[in-house]
Amino acid sequence: MIQKALNLFSRIPLHVIILIMCIVWLLPTLGIFVSSFRPESNIMTSGWWNVFLDPTSPGNYTINNYTKVIFGNNIFQAFLNSFIIAIPSTFISLFFAALAGYAFAWLHFPARNLLFLAIVGLIVVPLQMTFIPILKIYSQTGLYGSYIGIWLAHAGYGMPLMIYMMRNFMGGLPKELFESAFIDGASVWTAFTRLVIPLSVPIIASLAIFQFLWIWNDLIVALIFMPDPDKAPITLMIANLVGSEGQSWHLLLPAAFISMVLPLIVFFSLQKYFVRGLTAGAVKG
Amino acid sequence: MAEVRLEKVTKRFGDLTAVNEADLKIEDSEFIVLVGPSGCGKTTTLRCVAGLEEPTEGEVFIGDRVVNGVPPKDRDIAMVFQNYALYPHMDVYNNIAFGLKLRKMPKDEIEERVNRTAELLGIESKLKSKPKELSGGQRQRVAVGRAIARNPKVFLFDEPLSNLDAKLRVQMRAELQELHHDLKTTSMYVTHDQVEAMTLGNRVAVIDEGIIQQYAPPQEIYDHPNNQFVAGFIGSPSMNFLSAKITDGEEGLYVEGEGFKLLLPDEFSQELQDRQGEDVVFGVRPEDLIAEETMHEKDESTRMGVHVLVTEPLGDEILVHADIGDEEIVAQLDPRVDVAPDQDLNLYANMKYTHVFGKETGNALV
Repeated sequence: MIQKALNLFSRIPLHVIILIMCIVWLLPTLGIFVSSFRPESNIMTSGWWNVFLDPTSPGNYTINNYTKVIFGNNIFQAFLNSFIIAIPSTFISLFFAALAGYAFAWLHFPARNLLFLAIVGLIVVPLQMTFIPILKIYSQTGLYGSYIGIWLAHAGYGMPLMIYMMRNFMGGLPKELFESAFIDGASVWTAFTRLVIPLSVPIIASLAIFQFLWIWNDLIVALIFMPDPDKAPITLMIANLVGSEGQSWHLLLPAAFISMVLPLIVFFSLQKYFVRGLTAGAVKG
Repeated sequence: MAEVRLEKVTKRFGDLTAVNEADLKIEDSEFIVLVGPSGCGKTTTLRCVAGLEEPTEGEVFIGDRVVNGVPPKDRDIAMVFQNYALYPHMDVYNNIAFGLKLRKMPKDEIEERVNRTAELLGIESKLKSKPKELSGGQRQRVAVGRAIARNPKVFLFDEPLSNLDAKLRVQMRAELQELHHDLKTTSMYVTHDQVEAMTLGNRVAVIDEGIIQQYAPPQEIYDHPNNQFVAGFIGSPSMNFLSAKITDGEEGLYVEGEGFKLLLPDEFSQELQDRQGEDVVFGVRPEDLIAEETMHEKDESTRMGVHVLVTEPLGDEILVHADIGDEEIVAQLDPRVDVAPDQDLNLYANMKYTHVFGKETGNALV
């Protein structure tokens, strides 16, 4: 009993720290949320927390910002564009990263470790450095401004880290599983599709979520590779809402919130794939 | 079904020679066991047959066919792994059916075979379970089931029972024996457990440092070990080894060491005649030492006077650790013998079953 109480007591600092971190992280979001419902003049003149001085006054709230963003701009097209960009990019990078991860983990070929090192090295190359050479290639091949171009760019930027993660995860699968499958009659390809892919669902799902969210939130790659405003993703559209002199930034708030909804849905609906332990029961231990 | 033959198979990993010129012939429907300490090359030998390793030199035959370079799936073998290696995302049915599906067997035949296998192993009720829901013994049955459902020419077992608890191991050992009796599939079985080796094998290959030390039926290995390694490895508690010399006496040849002088049986004298004065190692198993009080006819020429250090009563027997000269000896005595630490004790050796090994070579001289 006393032991239990002591345990609880010793955990209090930890819980306080976690609580503080949660508040620090959530506060800006809350600020955006509250502000997005305030009239423009209020936003310009006082901080969002002033709402709490008089929370019941209807003059403190408006949905004008939302209606302006939603109906004054082509936000649905931008939303759709974000999907058109993010989904194929995620699939392309996942597919090739899974293949590469499997190869680096389980196949023997010359210079395997050297190639892997090179890929790991690519993780630290800043993507800004690649803009000019890639733009040069894109303008020569006509990929500039096309969806294929931006798909390939996103896939390429995401893949080094994904290959690294995939290889590490797949390398941790028990060797005997593969040997058993090979004796059972599996080819290298069947072992990949029937064993590696189903067993790698946790890593594939989490990488899919991260990659998707990264692309969804991306501004700079879209800014560089997508000059056509009709094909631009929502991040670019939101950035363009603000005038060059910083005017009408009140529109930024509802727009940011709208764009935030999807990542939240994605995260919470796929969260269960973060669980570990799908390999439990494969081998003793 | 088929015979398996290894001809001068050598496997090197860099500088390390894991298997050194192994010659092994497994007759059709024979069950042989490879036994040895860890790292002796027994598993590597098995993996060479499976095709999971390619021999550096030498040839592996399955049936009449040389299988060097043939991938595992085309060798018509099945292997059971120590850690089961079940496919964790498939239920038991699909685990067993996986190999059959990959071989494009018709669906109804797969179903029939899986059900028959499950019935044979008593896991019919578990067909819809995932491996993680099974106990260790059930998992191992599934692993065996996956092997037998394919009806291969050869079964390869890589320490299949060593992850099970002691009781289950005894039970599964008997089941494997029964299974082999029913199926009569040529089998190779790797273990470090000498009890498994003795009970399961038609023949046993004792391996040490990559070399097959002896390949013979279990009783022959026990009664006539080729060398000191085999003698010490097989049998528990292991054989006592004492430094000795061969000497001549009025009644025949003696083996003489510090604290003992024992008359060798006549059968030994022919081989040992020329070795008088030579340093040898005298080997006697603990159960071939008998306490004075349980002897009917005492033969003084086989008496060894020892000084008891420790006793370990086990109920059905008592193990006595004792000093003789500078060396230590273990005797397995009748539990009713009255013996306590620190006392002097007379032991009589059953000379017919003793062994003499060369001191340098370790080879059996008789």
